[in-house]
Amino acid sequence: MKLIYFAWVRERIGMAEEEVELPAGIETVSDLLHWLRGRGENYESALQAQDMIRVAIDKEHSDHSDAVAGAKEIALFPPMTGG
Amino acid sequence: MAVEPLVRVQAGPIDLGAEIAALECDGAAGALVTFTGTCRDEGGRLEALELEHYPGMAESEIARFAAEAARRWDLLAVAAVHRYGRVAPGETIVFVACASVHRAAAFEAAHFLMDYMKTRAPFWKREHLKDGTVGGWVESKDTDDHAADRWRHVL
Repeated sequence: MKLIYFAWVRERIGMAEEEVELPAGIETVSDLLHWLRGRGENYESALQAQDMIRVAIDKEHSDHSDAVAGAKEIALFPPMTGG
Repeated sequence: MAVEPLVRVQAGPIDLGAEIAALECDGAAGALVTFTGTCRDEGGRLEALELEHYPGMAESEIARFAAEAARRWDLLAVAAVHRYGRVAPGETIVFVACASVHRAAAFEAAHFLMDYMKTRAPFWKREHLKDGTVGGWVESKDTDDHAADRWRHVL
């Protein structure tokens, strides 16, 4: 699965994207965020305000309770500030 | 049938005259409402805004809400153009246009589309300051979320 990061999430993690193999038991976006936070201080720093993190599964806005099974690309990013 | 929206995300400047001229209403429109969002100079301290975006999703999200505007209101034309990359003070960041037979639909649809683009289109602004430093990421505003939420109850 491809993970892709934007804005300060990207900066704090220190990369724009990566390929990951999810361990068994990661079913929802919330599980994914929790697992990522355990991977290092950079992830913890980026994702500690977990409720604030927005997520898109295959380029569609999704909720933290949504399932990640079958997703090709999951994007994590701060609240949007366009316009 | 609802009109086909014109949606574009681009790095270069937005030519407002050309965008307006490209709207084809065949003389049927009695109203054309346009909105242009412009980069402020923040009291002279801003050198430029840098807009990061999510290629692919930026276009599809804007198209989704432009189509929703065309579904909710009787529009003869709807267009939305958003820039990414570096934008200098005074330059246009976003352009929205809605045309309709009477003005109410065009005003409301343009307002709706802008409110959703602020909160749902995947763009992030960062400030570059005149003193050479890179400022922080612009924080989202609750007022923008409330502005978008308001439309849930319309129609």
